[in-house]
Amino acid sequence: MSILAWTIYVSFAGAAVLLFLPRTNAQLARAVGLFTALAGFVCALAGAVRFEPGTIQTVTRAAWIPSLGIEYYLAVDGISVTLVLLTGLAAIAGVLFSWNIEERANEFFAFYLALIGGVYGVFLSFDVFLLFVFYEIAIIPKYFIIAIWGSTRRDYGAMKLALYSFAGSAMVLIGLIAAYVLAGGRTMNLVELSKVSFPHGFQMWAFPLVFVGFAILAGLWPFHTWAPTGHVAAPTAASMLLAGVVMKLGAYGCLRVAMTLFPQGLDPWGWHMLGLGSWRDVLSLLAVIGIVYGAMVALVQRDFKFVIGYSSVSHMGFVLLGLLTLNRIGMSGAVLQMFSHGVIAGLLFAVVGRMVYDRTHTRELADLEAMHLGRVIPFAAVTFTIASIASMGLPGFSGFVAELQVLIGAWEAFPTFAVVTGFGILVGVAYTLRALQKAFFGEHEAVAVAAPAGNGGSHVEIKPISTPERIGAVLLMGASLVIGLYPRLLLDLIGPSLGSVLFDGLRRGGKF
Amino acid sequence: MDANGRESMSYLEVLKLAAPETILVITVLVVLAADLVALADLELRFRMIIGAMISCIGCVLAIGWMLALPQQAQLLGGIFVVDPLNQLVKIALLVLTILTVLLSIDSHFSAHAGEYFALVLLATVGMLFLVSSTDVLMIFVSLELTSLSLYVLTAFNKQDVQSAEAALKYFLFGGMAAAFTLFGLSLLYGLSGSTNLERIAAAISGPSLDPLLILALVMTVVGFAFKVAAAPFHLWAPDVYQGAPPPSAALIASGSKVAGFFVLARVMALGFRGAEGSGAWHNYLPGWVPLLAILAGVSMVLGNFAAIVQTSVRRLLAYSAIAHGGYMLLAVMASDGMGIPSLLYYVITYGLTTLGAFGVVAVVQQQTGGDRLTDFAGLSRRSPVLAACMMVFLLSLAGIPPLAGFFGKFYIFSELLRSGAGMGLLWLVILAIGLSAVSLYYYLQVLKQVFVVSAPPDAKPQPSAAVTQQVVLAMVALAVVALGCLPEWLIERVNDAIKLAKL
Repeated sequence: MSILAWTIYVSFAGAAVLLFLPRTNAQLARAVGLFTALAGFVCALAGAVRFEPGTIQTVTRAAWIPSLGIEYYLAVDGISVTLVLLTGLAAIAGVLFSWNIEERANEFFAFYLALIGGVYGVFLSFDVFLLFVFYEIAIIPKYFIIAIWGSTRRDYGAMKLALYSFAGSAMVLIGLIAAYVLAGGRTMNLVELSKVSFPHGFQMWAFPLVFVGFAILAGLWPFHTWAPTGHVAAPTAASMLLAGVVMKLGAYGCLRVAMTLFPQGLDPWGWHMLGLGSWRDVLSLLAVIGIVYGAMVALVQRDFKFVIGYSSVSHMGFVLLGLLTLNRIGMSGAVLQMFSHGVIAGLLFAVVGRMVYDRTHTRELADLEAMHLGRVIPFAAVTFTIASIASMGLPGFSGFVAELQVLIGAWEAFPTFAVVTGFGILVGVAYTLRALQKAFFGEHEAVAVAAPAGNGGSHVEIKPISTPERIGAVLLMGASLVIGLYPRLLLDLIGPSLGSVLFDGLRRGGKF
Repeated sequence: MDANGRESMSYLEVLKLAAPETILVITVLVVLAADLVALADLELRFRMIIGAMISCIGCVLAIGWMLALPQQAQLLGGIFVVDPLNQLVKIALLVLTILTVLLSIDSHFSAHAGEYFALVLLATVGMLFLVSSTDVLMIFVSLELTSLSLYVLTAFNKQDVQSAEAALKYFLFGGMAAAFTLFGLSLLYGLSGSTNLERIAAAISGPSLDPLLILALVMTVVGFAFKVAAAPFHLWAPDVYQGAPPPSAALIASGSKVAGFFVLARVMALGFRGAEGSGAWHNYLPGWVPLLAILAGVSMVLGNFAAIVQTSVRRLLAYSAIAHGGYMLLAVMASDGMGIPSLLYYVITYGLTTLGAFGVVAVVQQQTGGDRLTDFAGLSRRSPVLAACMMVFLLSLAGIPPLAGFFGKFYIFSELLRSGAGMGLLWLVILAIGLSAVSLYYYLQVLKQVFVVSAPPDAKPQPSAAVTQQVVLAMVALAVVALGCLPEWLIERVNDAIKLAKL
């Protein structure tokens, strides 16, 4: 199983190599980037194939800081394997969709691979300190990628994203240090700490602190405002990675750290306020608000990329809601939604950013309506149509399975919220179809819109979709389709791992 | 034993104990002599190189002596103590001095090469004596030796009026702080009849705090707080960090912090043992722990928020130093000296990081003539090595893993909560972590200039940085990364030294 650790090392090694490449050779930088991303995915697949569902398998274990009981402990269970596979796919797709970056290409791919390495590290860590280390390593490359290669308001977007992420991780650190000290300061091992029974009063404030700290990165309403700004400002590959994988880091942290270490934090308080009687009620309400609010705001956006940005907030609400249902089917749906949305968001941002914006230099839906992109770049239109279908949650694609499971789980746990979520799905259909229709299938003929490229005519010079883009699109669409048609590939990994020893604390409460 | 029952030592033994300091003093004389006598006609750079080499040889010899002949002894009831813990700190101080000396080779702010190195070494001698003493009088004398050398080092750039202004402010503040310190220490003597820290502690311990003791405590803390630039006694720091020649500022920021915090921890843990009090949220007891808690809180808040609005990178580093001083005060507060390992880890890695940051600032200042944020624009293009080093240093200061700054903070916070005060001080840890998150903003502002913003098109082409500086800075950066990824090495050394010292 130690092959999985190589996903991390290969990524960082690739980043280091890229720093020494000459600044001007973009071709070489891309090749190294693609090779590294592929190597990482191959290692991830090799590990996934050898994994036994239902167990926690050690990848690497070594003493790191014995004086404090901190180990370099990498391990996987089914949930980790799913997310590692997602990271591999997203990494390859991101590199393919960045094939046109010319300026400072070696630095771009270096930061990108460093980010990927950090993300692999988070998903593989079973020592809480190590998890936190990798979690924070991922913040800095994001800042630089957006600030250097981004577009709209990139300075502001990058700084906002960095500060929100750092603030969230500061909240997590407080909870972690307190838990570490209360557990005797001898270990940071996730499995060991999950067996420690922290005082009830402590869990009552540590749980929301750590959960919200991680959930900020997952786009929990009302702390989600960094996401649309950041995603719009980021270059395509970064948006794909941010919405696709990095937001899942937050949700993973909620599951792995907050819910595993402080399960009693979800217990009822014993008193009610406005109908809410526990942190579980509060947070699931926020998740549902996020689903509906994100969808409704996406419905009125004029900028194509903002539509997708807000849709990410909405879809992540499903993940958080699923986690809080505290039943097997809901939590399984949540993890599957992490994978599914990772792939679909990647696809959506790829179309908006790389296929459309890089060619037309506009993201205004009103402008795009006049360009009849459906006829000019049919591949992009088809890709976005398929991505829309998957995003809306139609059967045949992974989104359907995931959202269905979350809805069933929510119905068992909080029926009212399930109904509201259903409404959110309807709004999701609305904004997706609106964006699809305006961007690609506009019917307004001969509207006097100034051609953005300033050619003077009503026709903008649009290059055809290149091969790397096609490969990347097929890869992501294929992943969503395969899981949509045969979800057992992943559900067989996720389901049994929910029965593992890590979830004993949640089970003890009689919840599942 | 002599007639009075005191242990007597021959001068030879005293010299052997104080060999590192003696070696350095001899080096001072050699550097001065060499420069004044033999090298007066050569060009500045050559004289600086020779002076630097002699200084480095002296420091290396001192380190070698301590590594080869580790000793443990006390002199005259604690006036001069040599034990493994002291020696560890002394080695760290000497390493920082060597790095300062190496980084000052290419500077041309002064034609007085020999005097410059002599003063740097004298400041170091003062610091070495400072950390070796458990006697308040000796502590004061060493503090003065260090401070006076640093005042002059601050004023060394005679062409820059800011240098003179900074030195004057430093001197005036320092003089007043020294007066406070001396007054406090003399009150301690009055209360206890001894100048030895341990005997003072034994004499002043009691069920409640004597009002005179409170006065002595506050005065002493004020004096030391000035030395380590804790708010609200920090007013000298921004001007000194900005005005002093970069290598002097580097020494003040790194070496004197290491020595200052170590001696503060020692005085508090040894001398005021029993007067700790409690700073816990629900359980306030008067003592020096709540006093330091307030100082730490004010330092962190003021340092972090003031740094946000700075446009001069050196002033930004000064305010960040004030904030970091706040974090280090947290380590001092951990009871029974349990915070010493975390304090030493943090202050040593902090010293290396700040030294490196000042090194990069020095290069940029030479290239562009200023240290404004805009002067750093496009640094990643013209000096990728320096840009990478600056990223390592600033991210370590911000507390981003896997760099040393992150682990240092984690270690301090967890040791503080594990110590006697326990979870009662959680409020201070929450404040520290929250403010540490704020700090990322201003460090990213500098890095934004370095990596994101391109140099203005009308900028004149810059000579690249000297190779020595790049090599030294790269080594320091690697050390910061290594100490962050594998902190066990340093922690083990410190823990071993503490264990041996107690025996």
